This record gives sequence, structure tokens and C-alpha cells, in this order.
Amino acid sequence: MANMAQAIRLALHYGEENLGVKEIFGEDVGAPLGGVFTATQGLKNAWNSPLDERGIVGAAMGLAWAGSRPVAEIQFVDYIFNVIDLLKLCGNAHWTSAGRYKTPMVIMTPTGSGIHGSVYHSHSFDSIASKIHGMKVVCPSTPLDAYGLMISSIKDDNPVLFLKPKALLRTKGEELIPGEPADEKELKAAIDAPIGDRSQWKPNWPKVQEYAVPIGKAKISKPGKDATVVTHGRMAPIALEAAKEMLSSQEGDVEVIDMRSLIPYDWAAIRDSIRKTGRVLFLNEESEISNFGEHLFRRTIDELFYELKTRPRLLCGKATPGISLSPQLEYFTVPQKADVLRALKEVLSDA
Amino acid sequence: MAQDALAVQDSYEVLGKELLRRIHSLMVGARVLEERLIKMSKSGDGFFWIGGPGEEAFNVPLGLQVKKGSGLEFDYLHLHYRSSAILLSMGAKPIDSIRQMRSVATDPYSKGRNFVNHAAIPEWNVVPMSPTIETQYSTVIGTGIAQARTKTDAISIVNGGDGGTAEGDFHSCLVWSNRPALPLPILIIVVNNGYAISTAEETQHGERQISDWGRVFNMSAKTINGNDPVESYLAIKEAMAYCRKERKPYLLEAKTSRLNGHSSSSGANRLQEPDCISLFEAELKKRGLMTPDEISRVWDEALKSIDYDHQQVKSEPFPKPETIWEDVFAEGLPESYPTKGGS
Repeated sequence: MANMAQAIRLALHYGEENLGVKEIFGEDVGAPLGGVFTATQGLKNAWNSPLDERGIVGAAMGLAWAGSRPVAEIQFVDYIFNVIDLLKLCGNAHWTSAGRYKTPMVIMTPTGSGIHGSVYHSHSFDSIASKIHGMKVVCPSTPLDAYGLMISSIKDDNPVLFLKPKALLRTKGEELIPGEPADEKELKAAIDAPIGDRSQWKPNWPKVQEYAVPIGKAKISKPGKDATVVTHGRMAPIALEAAKEMLSSQEGDVEVIDMRSLIPYDWAAIRDSIRKTGRVLFLNEESEISNFGEHLFRRTIDELFYELKTRPRLLCGKATPGISLSPQLEYFTVPQKADVLRALKEVLSDA
Repeated sequence: MAQDALAVQDSYEVLGKELLRRIHSLMVGARVLEERLIKMSKSGDGFFWIGGPGEEAFNVPLGLQVKKGSGLEFDYLHLHYRSSAILLSMGAKPIDSIRQMRSVATDPYSKGRNFVNHAAIPEWNVVPMSPTIETQYSTVIGTGIAQARTKTDAISIVNGGDGGTAEGDFHSCLVWSNRPALPLPILIIVVNNGYAISTAEETQHGERQISDWGRVFNMSAKTINGNDPVESYLAIKEAMAYCRKERKPYLLEAKTSRLNGHSSSSGANRLQEPDCISLFEAELKKRGLMTPDEISRVWDEALKSIDYDHQQVKSEPFPKPETIWEDVFAEGLPESYPTKGGS
């Protein structure tokens, strides 16, 4: 099975061949590296840019206005803070131009913690991204969803921020991408660049097929009747694992909603699940204080108050100036599986 | 001195009487429009004003030489809020600026959402203009790349001020347009009016002149007198020809006056600086290219036309509040999007 980095690479290859993607660029995105997480290895239209995030986002905007569908990378989301005004322009250009200019572009960027990345390689950006109105924000948790969301992002006529959970980029999926060889060694031999001299290397792309995950559509990764956990990105597989453990230990049947899209988000899926279970935990790794989960929490109170069996919960990162390097400090700052289990048990045990 | 004078005389002959009179008429039209917009901001017929009185001698010759149209075969324009004379010279209607100033529903550029002098005209490749300083120097990289990849003589043009050159975007533009991997056909313009809002340039900028940045990249660059429409016309022509043919960038610095300050934030009152229109008119009269009566008529007609447009706009409706939800996303608002503004 492809890992998430390979899945994104396959989607970009599909985009080059079928969706008119002519420009894929960013820091170390082209040969020889093909991206620090290898998501752009071997792509024919991938090229290296200067180490200049403002230039990268500005170039993508100009290309989009010139009719291209560029995919630009910010190497780590931690580096995106100095382009926040350009992102705002991305988001508002359609609106401020009275609907006369579309900005169809994708900015992809690794987000979140879990790779011992310390203060400047562990940031989450979900909540800030959700405030850049007019921009869509997606964040997959499986390789197949990453593939399908990238294809939808490329096709979308709005700017899309594609958040790649850093800690999941090397994880393999359980579902094959349409057209992906069943043998993962065969895939690796075909599309992973060799170690050492790569100057003569060329990928041998499998014939991958169109597969689109609609932006704005959540996924129920595990149905359940006793409680709902609403999550995305890196926390989604942790929530799923916790829910499965609780089911097998007969502690409760938890429904796991993987949002996949933050903007726009699938309120109908969230609402219907909470109506069914009456209990909800919002879970993400972004820090507390104006956390995106707090918005969903508030909307739940406003619209579903009388259908709740207990107060909703939010489990998220702690509001520190950064994520620490020491694992003891990092694990205390960002929710871990034990924290998720504890929070779910609390939600389930409330009278 | 004698040689310089001869060169100037030759330049006027190169442009010819008809073009010179057209430039004059457009300069007056742009000035009359900006002065009306200022009046509107002072009389409560609009809010914030920001614009470009004093830049007409450079902006009109620029607008007249744009390869105007839509798509990669035509020039892309990344402009800013002092660029009205460029747009008018390309054929933009003054009434549309008045509509944006009054924030009426008929404002074609932003439906009453943005400040005056913030256009977006896809039919002419004028990309959305932003109140942020200098970001147009980052976005021009993108249309420059698209045109560098296309077999065309069309170019990307970016226009901004001297104050903004302190921003990283200016340096992004210089670095990216001079990348050995793909040089870009961008005409990089800096209109230097000597001020960054209220701060004098010489107190903040140690560069001998802004065009000296060209030396760092071994790129073509020039500083000109932007108060002279003839010198501006020929310098723009030369710079455009270079970008069109060589597919490389050109840095053009035009020194101009700023006749009404930064914006309405500083009162927008007329300042004692050289007026490019008065200077041009003196030259036209001296050379027998226009009579005082002809010049008066140009002003009278421009004023009459603006009065008519202004009256028309006063009868137009303001936008309906719920139109804020239009254009948030290209395909419309998703059903689940929160629209209540809280609980």
C-alpha cells in the first residue's frame, strides 16, 4: 500500500497528466530531493524555488490568475506565518473583485507535531487557516483520502490549503489507490527515487485513476451509537484506534468522524452523529484558545443543546508558545492516545 | 545644455502633435477624476480616498502602451491605488471609479466592498488590486512565469511606490525575475514620489537611487523624470521593448510629485510640488501645440463629464446587506456555512 507521501505524489502525477497541472514548485520540491517528505519526487513539472515563501505564494496567485492550476509547497507550515497577508489576498480575491477573478491554486504544507520537530517544525495551522475566509482547508488522515482530496483540490476553482499531517506522511493505508499496484515493493521500485545519484533516474508511473474525495465531505471511519468523536488529520487514526479498543473492551461504541475538510466542514455529518449519540468529543492537536474545535463546540451548544446527554468536550493541544523537543514535554503538550481514551471514557460515563 | 534641449525638442517631434494632445487630455481627465474623488471623501459622499494626483505624466504614457487584452498573449497588470491614470488611458470609465468611491451596488470592481482605486478587470488582465503595500510585486512573479513559458511578446507589468520597496515583496520580485533557471519578462516599475505615507524617503533609504538595485542583478534599469510625459513615454517604450524581446526584467524608477499627500488620512490637501500638467501645458503652449483656449476647453469638458457621471452615480442604489455572501467561494456558499454571526 502507498504511504501518504506516495499517494500525494501519485495524485500530483495524475494532475499533471489529466488536470492541466503545469507548475509544482517550492523549496527543494524539484530534483534531486523531490520534497523533504518526498511528495514531489519524479514529477515532470516539479521545480525548485528560492527559499522565499512570499515569492512562492505570490507566484502561485499570479499563475492562478493567468489560468494555470499551480500546486505550491510551503516546506513546513511553520514557515507560512510570514505569508499570512498573501493568504488573505488568496482568500479574498474572488470576493473583493466582485466575483471576477478566481484563484484556483493549491498550497500544500506539512502540519502538526509527532516527528520530534521542536519549536519550528511542529506547528499546527488549522485554526488560523480556518480564519482565512474564502480559502478552503483540507487535511487527510489516510493515503487514499490524501489522493482523493488532492485531486479535488486541484480541480477546485478556489484556493485550497492542503494540510499534510507530518506524522502520517510515512504511514501506509489499508485501501489501494485506483490503479496502484497491489505489491508495495513494486510501487516503491517504480516511483521512489534511489539513494545516491539520481541524475539518470526516471519514475515508472502506474496508471492511476481518477478518484475524488469531495471537499466539504466528512467520513465516518467507524460507526458507533454511544458517543461521537469529531477529529481530523493526525488525531484521526489515534481516535480510531482508541474507539476500536473501547469497543473490544466493551467500554462503549464510539463513532469516529474524520472531517477531512475544515473549510467548508461537513456540519450535517457532525450534527446527525451528535443527534444519534448525544455525546461528543472534539479532538485535534492545535492549541487551546480560539481552537477550531471551540467553534464546533459552540455551534453544537447553539443548535443541539437539548439533544445532548452531557456537556461536549474538547481535547486539544496546550496553549504554549511552541511544541518542546523533549518527548516528555511534547507528549504532555499534544494529545496522546491515553488522553483520548481518558476523555472518551469521561464523555461516556457522564450521567 | 544645448544638446539636452535639442533632445527634448526631438522627443516632442517623435511623439507628434496628435499623441501629445491625447496624452494631455487623458492627464486632465485623470486629475479631474481624482480631485472629484477627494471632494467626495471630504463631503461625506464616500469614505477613505487614496489615489495618484501628480503621477499622470508617467501613468498616462504607460496605459497608452499596454498590450491590452485577456490571457497570456496580452500584458498583465499588477497595479496599486495610485494607478487610476493608467486605467483611464486604457479605456476605463471614470464613472466606475466614482461608483467605487460611493460604494454603490453598481461598483463593477468590488460591489461596494473595497476602497476607491482598487480595480479588477479580467478583460484587460488587470489583476485584483489590494490595499496591502507591495504584494503586487509578489503576484507579478506568477503571471511572469506563465508568460515566460509562452511564445508571446506579452509581458507582466508591476507598479508601486518607493516606500513599498522596503518590503520583502520587492526583493522577491527582483530575485525571482532574475532567476538563472527562468528569467521573467517583467517591467518592474517604482514610482518614486519621495514619501512613504508621511515619512521622507531620504530618512529611511540609503540607496543612491532605487534603480541601483538593478546593478546587483546585472539587470537593465533606469531612473527617469516621471513628471515629464514625453520622457516617460519614450522610457516606457524602450523598457517594454526590452522585456518583450529579451524576455527579461527591466527596473524603471520614475520620480514624480505627490500633489495631495498619501490619502485622506493626511487631509488630501493640495501641496506645493511641481505639477506635471502645468509643466506640460506650458511646454505645449510654448511649442504652439495647444492654445490657452484649447487647454481650457479640455478642462471644461472633463469637469462637465465628471459632473454628469457624479450625478448619475448619486441616483444608483447602495448594495443590499445580504450581498456579503456573494462571491465568498467561486461556486457559492456551502449549505452548512455559518451565516448568523454568532449564536
